[in-house]
Amino acid sequence: MTQTSENIVPNAEPVEMLLNMGPQHPSTHGVFRMVLWVDGEKIVDVVPHIGYLHRGSEKLCEGEQYNQVITLFDRMDYIANFNNEHVYVRAVEKLMGMEVSERSEYIRVILCELNRIASHMLFIATMGLDAGAMTPSMFCFRGRERIQGLFESVSGARMMHNYFRIGGLKEDVPDDFVAQVREVLELVKKDTEESDKLLSFNEIFLARLKNIAVMSAEDAIDYGLTGPCLRASGVDYDVRKAAPYSVYDRFDFDVPIGLDGDCWDRYYLRVQEVYQSIRIVEQALDQLPDGEVTSSLGRRLLRPPAGEVYVRGENPRGEIGVYLNSDGSDKPYRIKVRPPSFCNLSALRQMLKDSWIADSVVILGALDIVLGEVDR
Amino acid sequence: MVQEGENQESAEQPAETPAPAEAAETSTPAPKLAPAAAHGAEEPPADPLEKLSASGKELLDASLDVLKEFSPEASALDDIPQVIIEKQHALAACQLMKDDPRINGQMLLCLACVDFSEYFQLIYVLQSLEPERTIVLRTNIPYSDATIPSVSSVWKAADWYEREAHDLFGVDFDGHPDPSPLLLYDEFEGFPGRKEFPFNEYQEF
Repeated sequence: MTQTSENIVPNAEPVEMLLNMGPQHPSTHGVFRMVLWVDGEKIVDVVPHIGYLHRGSEKLCEGEQYNQVITLFDRMDYIANFNNEHVYVRAVEKLMGMEVSERSEYIRVILCELNRIASHMLFIATMGLDAGAMTPSMFCFRGRERIQGLFESVSGARMMHNYFRIGGLKEDVPDDFVAQVREVLELVKKDTEESDKLLSFNEIFLARLKNIAVMSAEDAIDYGLTGPCLRASGVDYDVRKAAPYSVYDRFDFDVPIGLDGDCWDRYYLRVQEVYQSIRIVEQALDQLPDGEVTSSLGRRLLRPPAGEVYVRGENPRGEIGVYLNSDGSDKPYRIKVRPPSFCNLSALRQMLKDSWIADSVVILGALDIVLGEVDR
Repeated sequence: MVQEGENQESAEQPAETPAPAEAAETSTPAPKLAPAAAHGAEEPPADPLEKLSASGKELLDASLDVLKEFSPEASALDDIPQVIIEKQHALAACQLMKDDPRINGQMLLCLACVDFSEYFQLIYVLQSLEPERTIVLRTNIPYSDATIPSVSSVWKAADWYEREAHDLFGVDFDGHPDPSPLLLYDEFEGFPGRKEFPFNEYQEF
């Protein structure tokens, strides 16, 4: 600790100060608090405090019937509701050894990828805001709002959709769904390009993000980082490619990989992922088959056989895992969620050490955490 | 540890009660290592390994070889190969699983704690990225001695997982650098993850 102070002010008496950030700080993206030990402008150590949003979701799942748990999964990662619903219904379907109609799977994938785009657009907007760029957020929020409107036409809700059901979907999509999605995709592509042009290679933005909080691939793996945060460090790992689930093996898409593992890589990778997700949705719309999507199981009292499964999926923020243990009754015996943000956030301490106070906001922003999922 | 909640048993949903009783029955004859899926004991599956793929079986054999000094038990979590060991070997076993190139468990994906009312099960989901594959390490912890060596020295990811399990279930992790509450506040009493914890009632903050 003395060494760091000597680097900044030679021969000065080291003075350490505690700086509290959050839980109501706007750039903590929710109710997150961290206590920074600072020496001048340098961060010596940091103690993250989470749990302000702990609702005991996993325990609540044990008291709900299988069909009712879907709503609880909506409320974990509240920016990527469809992705969360998807992994849960897949877990129960795997436990019951159930086949789902092709059309349901395609619609699920379309909605999940749209949700990924919406989530990443929110990230790009807030990343810009964290770094002081106001305008790109307007484009991104406009694009995100278009997708949210689409979700509303499909499920009746902008967020907390509760649309996926075990064995299918709540109901079929509206008749003009395909045309609507195509229209929205074109506009969203333009919105992303506009904000991309404004923000990504802006000199000030680069200066704020480049070479900040560099994570090596070994450290990233050790901390269990997944998703864009892991891929930014140069590790080619995406669950959609590594262990394809649903119908992801039928689409042609790339997994963007970062080079340096710094904040800018984490940002730019997500911009690239938006384009890739648009590709997936376009292909899925072309291939979208006809058929039944509703299943009577979604309304019935389910009693899956006793057993357990561990199911993985790629969320916008990283890999989500659901461990589901059933005792043969109508309620799950235990559900454990592996939330991507939880692991990503645990690496914050290492990222913040020896960085500047002014960078702490962008470092946290580039992790793209959702506290609903961290705390559950 | 079991003090609270006993008088609130009746507040629990009736559907929940058969499960712990069933689990308790199966665990009493063999307290050392209960079967992986304690619930399914009435009709044991023909072969727990039948869902494993060829590469999964290969991985299972390799891990049995790596952990042979700890007398591991082969099993499967659905289609993921699984090894059951005794809790005192957890740290050494995890280190071996991480270091051995055949398994290469370089990433701790998930650490799940499951309460079976008489004992806990800790489920370590390990992941190798090159080549891509998953293996599960499982261990039992009795209520009476809910202590297990911490693996936070093996994977940094284990740090918060263990703090979470300590918060919600009261499992003590020996050698954990900072066992302070993570999800709960400091003054919280009880272990809300446990089956006995009444979740219809709440404590004043």
